[in-house]
Amino acid sequence: MSRESDRRSGRPCRSISRRDFLKGTAAGIAGAAFPFGSTIVSVWESFFQKHFREMSQDEIRDVIERLQREYSEKFDTRIDINARKAIPGTLFGYGLDLSRCIGCRRCVYACVRENNQSRDPQVHWITVLRFKKGEKWVNDLEGAEKYYYPEKVPEEGFFYMPVQCQQCENPPCVKACPTQATWKEPDGIVVIDYNWCIGCRYCMAACPYGARRFNWGRPRIPKEELNTETHYLGNRPRYVGVVEKCTFCIQRTRAGRYPACVEICPVGARKFGNLLDPNSEIRYCIENKRVFRLKEDLNTLPKFYYFFAT
Amino acid sequence: MYYVISDFLKTLKHVSKGSKWYYGWLAFLTFFILLGLVAYIKQLNHGLIETAMRDQVSWGFYISNFTFLVGVAAAAVYLVVPAYVYNFRPIKEIVLFGELLAATAIMMCILFIVVDLGRPERVWHILPIVGAMNFPSSLLAWDVLVLNGYLFLNLFIAFYALFKLAHGKELNMQIIKPLIIISIPWAISIHTVTAFLYNGLSSRPFWNASILAPRFIASALCSGPALMLIIFQIVRKVSRIEIEDRAIFKIAELIAYAMGLNLFLFAAEFFKEFYSGSIHLAPMKYLYFGLHGHTGMVPWMWTALIFNITAFILFLLPKTREHYFSLNLACVLVISGVYIEKGMGLVVPGFIPGTLGEIYEYTPTMVERVITIGIWAAGALIYTLLLKFAMPVYTGDLRFTVRGEKALKTTD
Repeated sequence: MSRESDRRSGRPCRSISRRDFLKGTAAGIAGAAFPFGSTIVSVWESFFQKHFREMSQDEIRDVIERLQREYSEKFDTRIDINARKAIPGTLFGYGLDLSRCIGCRRCVYACVRENNQSRDPQVHWITVLRFKKGEKWVNDLEGAEKYYYPEKVPEEGFFYMPVQCQQCENPPCVKACPTQATWKEPDGIVVIDYNWCIGCRYCMAACPYGARRFNWGRPRIPKEELNTETHYLGNRPRYVGVVEKCTFCIQRTRAGRYPACVEICPVGARKFGNLLDPNSEIRYCIENKRVFRLKEDLNTLPKFYYFFAT
Repeated sequence: MYYVISDFLKTLKHVSKGSKWYYGWLAFLTFFILLGLVAYIKQLNHGLIETAMRDQVSWGFYISNFTFLVGVAAAAVYLVVPAYVYNFRPIKEIVLFGELLAATAIMMCILFIVVDLGRPERVWHILPIVGAMNFPSSLLAWDVLVLNGYLFLNLFIAFYALFKLAHGKELNMQIIKPLIIISIPWAISIHTVTAFLYNGLSSRPFWNASILAPRFIASALCSGPALMLIIFQIVRKVSRIEIEDRAIFKIAELIAYAMGLNLFLFAAEFFKEFYSGSIHLAPMKYLYFGLHGHTGMVPWMWTALIFNITAFILFLLPKTREHYFSLNLACVLVISGVYIEKGMGLVVPGFIPGTLGEIYEYTPTMVERVITIGIWAAGALIYTLLLKFAMPVYTGDLRFTVRGEKALKTTD
C-alpha cells in the first residue's frame, strides 16, 4: 500500500547493455514461447492447445492435468484448477456504495492475493480513484486522482470510487478481440483464456473502464503467497504477454462464495449477488437506491452499479 | 523444371552482383537488421516490459509505424488509377515499382504487428479455420484479411508482369486488368479498415470521430506518393529506366491536392474540438498545447503541421513543384510530417488521457527504437533486392530462358 510499490507498476525501463542483449539468447526464445514445462511433449501440447470453448470435457481434463504438472514444476507446489461451469439461472451483478467507501485499498490487495496477480511487476485489477467533493462529477475522470497517499483515510473533502471490470452485458473488449480469446460466460462474467490470448492488446484499447491489465513482464509470485484454489478462466497463474482482468472471483462465486473484495471491505461498501434472484441484496440495491453505471452513454450496459446510500 | 531452377539461379546471381555502393548499402542495412534482431530477442526474453508501453498507453511506437506504413501501401493506388484506368502513359511505365513498394510496406506492417504481440508464437490463433478468427466482429480480423489480400494482389500483379517481361512476352490484359481494377478499391479498403480499427472504439474519443477514415486516406495519399517520387529519382539514376519528368510532376501535383484535403480535414477537426470545448477536447489539447503540464507531443505536432503546410505550398506552386531541389524538400517534409501525424500523433492521444483520466507520457525505449530501425532496414533491404531484380527485367537486360530458344545473355 506504499507509494513505492504503487509506482513500480509504471516504472520506466532500464537501458540496454550489450551483455544483457546476448545473454541467454537461444534459451530465451524458447523460454519466452513456452514458459513452463520442460518436456518436448508438454511444449508441443501447449503450442497446439485448442480454444477453450472448442474443447470437449475430456480434452479440458487433459489440459488441466498438463497445466497442473507445469505449474507444480514452476512453483513446486500443487495447484488445483477447476473449470466449473456457470450455475444455471445466475447472472452476477455488483453494487458499490460510494458513500461508504473510505478509499483504504484493502480490496485492491485482497484481490491481488486471491487472484494470484504478479507481485513484481505489480498488477492490480482494482483502481481506486479519489474525487474532490463539490467539484466535478465522476464522469469527468480527468479530475480524479489515482496516486493518493495520505496518512489516514478517509480524507476530509474527498470521496473515493473503486473501478474494476464492469462485466458489461455489451462488452466492447469481446467485440474487439481478434481471436475470440475473451468472451462472456452464461452467468455474465467476461473471461479470458490465458492460453489463447495472443497479447495484441486491442481489448485494452477497447475497454472504456481501464479494467484490463497486461503482463508486460514475467509475472512473479512468491510460492508461499500463491492461492492454490484456482479456476481455469480465473485466478490460475498467468503468463508473460497475455491480458488479464477481474472475473468477479469466478473461482469463488461459482462455488457460492463472495468475491474477495466484497469479503475484505471493512465498511460493507461492496454488494454482490444474482441479478436474476428477486430476493438478492443486489436487486434490493438496484430497486431501492438511486444507482448509476459508469459511462452509460457508451451503452456497454455494465453489471456494476454505483450508488450513494446516504 | 530445369528452366525454373536455372532462371532462379540467374536471378540470384544477378541480385548478388553490384557495385561497391550496392554492397555497402546492403551491409549497412544488414547491420541494422541484426541490431534489431538482437533487441527483439531481448524483448522476447523479458516481455514487452522492455518497451515504454504500459497499461495506460498500451499501444505505442510499433503500432504507430504500422499505421503509417499501411498508408504508404495504400498509396500505390494513386499510381495505378491514372496509369491503367486513364491510360496516362508516363505513369503507367512506373506503376510496377509502386506495387513492389506496396508489397514491401505490407510486409513491414506484418513485422510491426508481430513484434507488438505479447505471444507471437500464437499468432496462428488469428487465422480462420486453424485458429478462431473473430470475424466479422473484430476489426483486427478484417485488417488481417484485407492486408494479406492486398499483399497477395500486389505481389501477384508485380510478379506476373515481371515474369512475362522476363520472357519477353506481352502481358495478358485479360488476366491482369480485373486484378488491377480490384486492387483500387482494395487499396482504399486497407486504409479504411485500419482507420476503422481505431474509429470503432467508443472508449477513445480522439479516435471515435467519423473524420478519421477520410483523414487517413488523405494523408496516405500524401506520404506514399512522396516516397515514390524519391524512389523514382533513384531508379532513374541507377538504371537505364527512363522516367519522364512529366510523370514526376504530375504525381507531385496530385500530392498537392491530397495535402490540401488533408489540411482541410484537419482544420475541420481542430475547429470542432476547440470550439465546442467538451471534455473530449483533452487529447487534442494534449497534442497541441499540452495537458496539465504534460507537453511531450507538442513540439512534434507543431513541427508536423508546419512541415505539411510548407510542403503543400511547395507542391502547389508549379515553380517549386518543377524544381528538383524544392520538390525533394517538399517530399521529405511531407513524409516526416505525415509520419508524425499518422504515427505517434494518432496512436498516443488515443490513450492520453486514459479511460480513467490518467496521463502517462509515453516515449519509446531504446529497445523499441532499435527494433523499429531494424524493421525499416529490413523493408529497405527487401525493396532494394526487389528493385535489383525488377529494374533489369524492365529494361530488358535480364531475360529468362524461353523454351525452345537459346538463352539470351545477361548483361549488367
